[in-house]
Amino acid sequence: MTQHATLLTPGTLADTAAARVTVTAAPGRLSLRARGDLSALETALGIALPGKIGGRTQENGIEALCLGPDEWVLLTAPENVAAVAAAGASVYDAHPHSLVDISGRETTVAIDGPRAVDLMTLGLARDPATIAVGAGRRTFFDGQTVVLWRDAETKFRLDVWHSFAPHMLGLLQTGCRELAAETL
Amino acid sequence: MLLIHCPYCDETLPEVEFTYAGEAHIVRPENPSAVTDEEWESFLFLRDNVKGNHYERWRHFHGCGRYFNAVRNTITDKFLTTYEAGAPRPSIESLTEKGK
Repeated sequence: MTQHATLLTPGTLADTAAARVTVTAAPGRLSLRARGDLSALETALGIALPGKIGGRTQENGIEALCLGPDEWVLLTAPENVAAVAAAGASVYDAHPHSLVDISGRETTVAIDGPRAVDLMTLGLARDPATIAVGAGRRTFFDGQTVVLWRDAETKFRLDVWHSFAPHMLGLLQTGCRELAAETL
Repeated sequence: MLLIHCPYCDETLPEVEFTYAGEAHIVRPENPSAVTDEEWESFLFLRDNVKGNHYERWRHFHGCGRYFNAVRNTITDKFLTTYEAGAPRPSIESLTEKGK
């Protein structure tokens, strides 16, 4: 059985020749659900929302990932969350939508290193190669729903709900050691 | 493991990302208080349990979160097609011709 990691506060959890796993400082996170013509909302938020599932855009201090046909997750600095929520609320009457602060919900883990892709395959049901650099997905990682961001060829971010994080971090920690011990 | 095509994501993905959600195209009565107990029972509980091509609902739970419909052969476990929720029921003839 995988040992549960105890470290949930920001810091480096594992650092081996294969990959490095770091719990990052919690960003401000908002969930956006909206339908129809989004132009009023995009103007208010100051960001062009990606239209395709898995697409990402970054503008005006906000990073957006499209999770579903009418669903986005927005990342911003924690101190900027209230301003983003207020910008959404200002166009609510003209364009009803849901924009909710979910900053307290998830742990973010950054993974990088030469064998980061191999580390991802430990828990990912789908082929990591199908997620392009600069894209992201909500998907399935060893029994949990995760939001996966691919920032570079060997650089990923995983957002997972707090209660699942100890299990996932334990798996990543073990995986890092295992991959580093392998002779290629 | 089954590979399922999500019509919203337009990707063919492993079964573990999806959950099964029963028979498709079952319409809830417009006015529930007007239906008889037998009709309500049939809406709630009675399903066809098809042997062969089955119209069923799936949800891309660990993904876009959307419900969609699929036609799956319950004998071979092969998917004939998947389509967005609300789209009309495709005829079996149109699907099997395409498959040949």
